[in-house]
Amino acid sequence: MSSQHKTGRPQTKSMAEIVPIRRRTGDTVFAIAVLAFAVVMLALIGEQTKFVKRLKWTHQPAFWPAISLGGMTLFALLYAAGSLRRGGKVSSPSGLRVELFLWLRAVEFVVWFMVYVFAVPLAGYLLSTVVFCLALTLRMGYRDGKMLSAATAVGIGIVLVFKTFLSVKIPGGAVYEYLPAAVRNFLIVNF
Amino acid sequence: MDLFLSGLDAIARFDVIAALLVGAIGGVIIGAIPGVGPAVAIAILLPTTFHFEPIVGLTLLLGIYGSSMYGGAIPAVLINTPGTPVNALTTYDGYPMTKRGEARRALSLAYSASFFGGLFSVICLMVLSSQLADVAPYFGSREIFMAALLGIVLVVVAHRGQNIAAGMLVCFGIFLNTVGLESIRYTQRYTFEQTWLTGGIDLIVVVLGLFALSQAFLLLVGKDERPTAPPVSGGMFHGLGEVLRHKRTATSSAGFGVVMGIIPGVGEFLAQFFSYTLTQKLSKEPERFGRGAPEGLIASEAANNAVPAAAMIPLLALGIPGEALTAMMLSVFYVHSVIPGPALFQTQPDFIISLYLCLLILNVLVLGFLLISTNMLLKVIQIPTRFLGVCILTLSFVGVYSLRNSATDCAMAAVFGLIGLVLRRLELPMVPIILGMVLGGILEDKFRTSMARIKTPLDFIDRPVSAAIFSLIVLAIALHVYSLVVARRRKAVADSSRGH
Repeated sequence: MSSQHKTGRPQTKSMAEIVPIRRRTGDTVFAIAVLAFAVVMLALIGEQTKFVKRLKWTHQPAFWPAISLGGMTLFALLYAAGSLRRGGKVSSPSGLRVELFLWLRAVEFVVWFMVYVFAVPLAGYLLSTVVFCLALTLRMGYRDGKMLSAATAVGIGIVLVFKTFLSVKIPGGAVYEYLPAAVRNFLIVNF
Repeated sequence: MDLFLSGLDAIARFDVIAALLVGAIGGVIIGAIPGVGPAVAIAILLPTTFHFEPIVGLTLLLGIYGSSMYGGAIPAVLINTPGTPVNALTTYDGYPMTKRGEARRALSLAYSASFFGGLFSVICLMVLSSQLADVAPYFGSREIFMAALLGIVLVVVAHRGQNIAAGMLVCFGIFLNTVGLESIRYTQRYTFEQTWLTGGIDLIVVVLGLFALSQAFLLLVGKDERPTAPPVSGGMFHGLGEVLRHKRTATSSAGFGVVMGIIPGVGEFLAQFFSYTLTQKLSKEPERFGRGAPEGLIASEAANNAVPAAAMIPLLALGIPGEALTAMMLSVFYVHSVIPGPALFQTQPDFIISLYLCLLILNVLVLGFLLISTNMLLKVIQIPTRFLGVCILTLSFVGVYSLRNSATDCAMAAVFGLIGLVLRRLELPMVPIILGMVLGGILEDKFRTSMARIKTPLDFIDRPVSAAIFSLIVLAIALHVYSLVVARRRKAVADSSRGH
């Protein structure tokens, strides 16, 4: 934390030294994307909001979208300008590609998540959760029995805590319809 | 006394006690796992708490918020990795103490300082929120508009070095809040003729995406890591005495935590930084800081644990959240039609007292749990990070889907998860988006109400409280600009001296 000063008394570090704020690779891409979003939304303001006749401009439905989008455009412009100015110092084209690829890799897990979302009303919460945990654990490279057992336990544990004990509103699976009435009701209520 | 007893009666119930226990223990465990943090846990649990009574739901969420920082000190001290971002400065003196064989002393000090900070801030909450509530009747729509504007300005100003990004993101948050059916004229704004956008963009969906799903994505796309921590042996009770020997440090640090907790948008990190810097400056042996100084550890832990209760002061007294976690808690109030603000102190004083008591008990429970269970918690730290990502992704589903059983909500949360991932990778703050959404709604609402009563913009500040808040806004901007100019000059001097 401290570095020795000329006087012998240690000098306190600034906050910027403790938590350095730096522009990261991909910053410019993000800044331009935000700027483009703000400009497009601002251009659509006439189409996406209504102008009410004989109403003061401060009362118009478009007033707050205009304020927020105006501010967003201004800040995004400044941010993009700052990023472009510093861009050459912080990122190489290959570094940028790696960063963008990492952002895109997350899309795979969005797909996993959405498959899970659509599976729950069909297969039921318990089955979907256990299969999801196991499959994703395998996908993440864990092969040993200990991790697979842990994944199964996590899946069952989550269902027990949220659906069985806390009665969180999650619908029963469509497959439950094929089961005998008593079992079906039990599963719908608890799993 | 009657009020105290009725408050005590309100919490002497199985569900409140269970919420206290789960919040306290769960928060410590969540805090101890690097890469999870209270925001992720609160975002996931938020919709679940809507089914509970407000006192139960808030106790659970406050428990997680308050106790996570206790837990965050464990990996900070033992493996030099803060469990939550606000334990960053704890590593400076905690880890060097571990390296020289004083892990037990460091942990004991961290727990005790956290306990001191926690208790100090609950006492401040009791005193200050009622004082603020006395002033609160003077808060009309103009004053609340000004207070929300102050919050927006402080959120931008507090993100030093990232002001432009914070401004951009706060405006994005305000814009998100405007999407959907506008409440006065019932016209549609930015719905693109999509029925699922008519109801607007739900704050919970955004919170879950930005905090929980983004963290899951980040862990899943990253390298797998398995942190290991050395076992700790011996009793943990000595720290309490040592903290009391450094009572000036503990009190001033907790005081910083309270002040920073009250000011919107500032939060734990600045509290920790200021208290650490002040303690070092006032110390007779400043050279020991960063090399295992007990005062350094006390300063950082007392300060960050004083923030959660203090952050409740503006929320309870004025209904204005100062940071993302209290913004999330505001939705628990709204779901149960409990409107925080001055009226709450008059209509439901026993509810307020119950909340205070819960916070007090919580700190005692957490300390007790930590003093006996540290070695057990070391196993939690060792969970592989990608597996943690699997767990967070699975839990996020409960959070989003249980809102309205809507796949559209899940898809929206996933999109915000991707945005959150990019923000995390770029080390940009997410809090301005959430505060923009919450404060943006307050701004629009109160602005419209105020406009019905004023003729010129100057009428906004013709009352003492609104004028005072406006002065604070001007002061905050002026001080920020001044500090930027000073920093630039210092940098120029440093650059020129390096050149010579």
